[in-house]
Amino acid sequence: MTAVATPLEGAAATVDAMRAAFGDSIGRTSQFAGQQVVSLAAERAHEILAWLQSDPEQRFDYLTDITAVEYRDAERPLEVVYQLRSLARRVDLRLKIALDPDGPLAVATVTDIWKGAEWLEREVWDMFGVTFRGHGDLRRILMWEGYSEGHPLRKSFPLRGHRSRAEQTRQALAANPEAHYSLEELSIADAYQELPADMRARLAARERGETP
Amino acid sequence: MSRRTLELSVSTPTMGADGQVRNVPLGVARRPSESVSDDFGAEHMLVNIGPQHPATHGVLRLVVELEGETVKRIIPHVGYLHSGFEKLGEYRHYNQIIPLTDRTDYLAPMANNVAMAMAVEALMGIEITERCRLLRVIACEMSRIISHLVWLGTTGIDLGAFTPFLWMFQQRERIYNLQESWTGARLTTSVARVGGMMADVPEGWEAGLRDFVQTFPTTLREVDTMFTRNAIWIGRTQGVGVIGAEEAINYSLSGPMLRASGVAYDVRKDRPYLGYDEFDFDVPVGAHGDIYDRYRVRLEEMTQSNRILEQALDRLKPGPVNVADPRVILPPKSRAMGDMEAMIFHFKQVMEGVKPPAGEVYFGAENPKGELGYYLVSDGTAKPVRWRIRPPSFINLAALPRLCEGALLSDVIAINASVDIVMGEIDR
Repeated sequence: MTAVATPLEGAAATVDAMRAAFGDSIGRTSQFAGQQVVSLAAERAHEILAWLQSDPEQRFDYLTDITAVEYRDAERPLEVVYQLRSLARRVDLRLKIALDPDGPLAVATVTDIWKGAEWLEREVWDMFGVTFRGHGDLRRILMWEGYSEGHPLRKSFPLRGHRSRAEQTRQALAANPEAHYSLEELSIADAYQELPADMRARLAARERGETP
Repeated sequence: MSRRTLELSVSTPTMGADGQVRNVPLGVARRPSESVSDDFGAEHMLVNIGPQHPATHGVLRLVVELEGETVKRIIPHVGYLHSGFEKLGEYRHYNQIIPLTDRTDYLAPMANNVAMAMAVEALMGIEITERCRLLRVIACEMSRIISHLVWLGTTGIDLGAFTPFLWMFQQRERIYNLQESWTGARLTTSVARVGGMMADVPEGWEAGLRDFVQTFPTTLREVDTMFTRNAIWIGRTQGVGVIGAEEAINYSLSGPMLRASGVAYDVRKDRPYLGYDEFDFDVPVGAHGDIYDRYRVRLEEMTQSNRILEQALDRLKPGPVNVADPRVILPPKSRAMGDMEAMIFHFKQVMEGVKPPAGEVYFGAENPKGELGYYLVSDGTAKPVRWRIRPPSFINLAALPRLCEGALLSDVIAINASVDIVMGEIDR
């Protein structure tokens, strides 16, 4: 009977293979509570993730989760976190891309690698303001489209929001009804043509859902 | 040779301009493509379903683009129930987060509580007691049963079968009564704590659960009789909302959604926690990835959960529930009032909370809806830097546009039901 590699050994082997293939683009690695964490350079992250998914030795076919972490320590960079899993090898791997919170928060999308990333990336955009380059439909997902207070899970965002409850209610009540449909939806079929001309003009000027 | 011809007086009654009904012989009336609007077939229609609609299982809104009755595109809108739980968690002690987990997947609150406690314990490296472990297994499997019962009942209603809904809720009520006598709450159970449970089960509770375990399979058999070979049920579910194994993996589906597509991945088997590897149970796996297979998988999972409950009851022996570690578990009130050290620990825990070391952990649990993941990042203080919920039904729902491609409008209701969503968890 051959010895079966434990998940952590499997992850360690993957880290070695990553270092061999990508060299300096693989940053700090660490282990905590039996889980392997690897930092990636933002420039080559997409290439590395695609390799992890398609390489026959690695087979990280399952994207468990995408999220981001901002630390209370303002010196620490914001991190985009990918939880990968290889269903065949029973190995988990956590990958992190550090982003300078003062710089442009942008990474390449992985929706071309894993379809399941679509909503997860939308959520990270919504909650943290990280742009995913190449994502076909990067809209807010949990907050509504006209939401203008920023990205709630950032540490600079106060727990109760930037505006008072009364102000938030007032704005919600004053929102235009067309805010309930996206431009894309309204342009389907004849619905768009049936709208009043002034509403069409506002929508074309992308004034949809703006609160007064 | 004579040929008999039959003159059929088939005609279409129409209303003339003078208000008189006339019969127009067949073939004279214009075909639909030539009728009032010439491009009737090519016209796309926009239909809005929800957010207030019983068949969307909560405040889900679907904007559907239709060509005739065929779905061309479907755009789901979520977020109506967004409560910012992840943000709130960053301002709370670890044990104070547990009540928030009740309110995410509110159809299986106990399983969420347990997963949260397990995540913190993984961060701190705490070994729980044997009795606690079995009680948690019982809590998780009870949750799986009630969640699947609600799923089966409501999906039956969506497809026009009302009676099983009542059977399901009758059985669910029995588990709710057990939950209530254990935790004092039916829905917001908050049963787990870091390092233990909120309370041990009361006197006579185990007999109550055993009674349930022994009689529950009867209901499952009834449902099996009602649905599994029912022509209407089969017609509405087989071959509808199909997704193959490879695609299911690529869409990150989990739980019964993934297994119905033929991927034998169950967290309980593949990364065993709570000692699930010691239990004798099977993981049902489908083959076609359609609604029918999802139904079969969930029905069988209830049977298997029942088996696990039975085994857990057999193994449950008296003993301590909480770990003997005053850093995580409150000392008994009687000691805290008389013993100096106990009082200090009591004070520190209430005022400062449980403090895990700096680090991060991802804990995945096999919840009824799929893999629930808690990703905790700690900086050594009593409140997490980041508490991320990997919501299984959010990720499963993301595949809805793909599942509904080319389906009929009525199938959208069936497919949406088969995903088994709970909006509290999707919107968090």
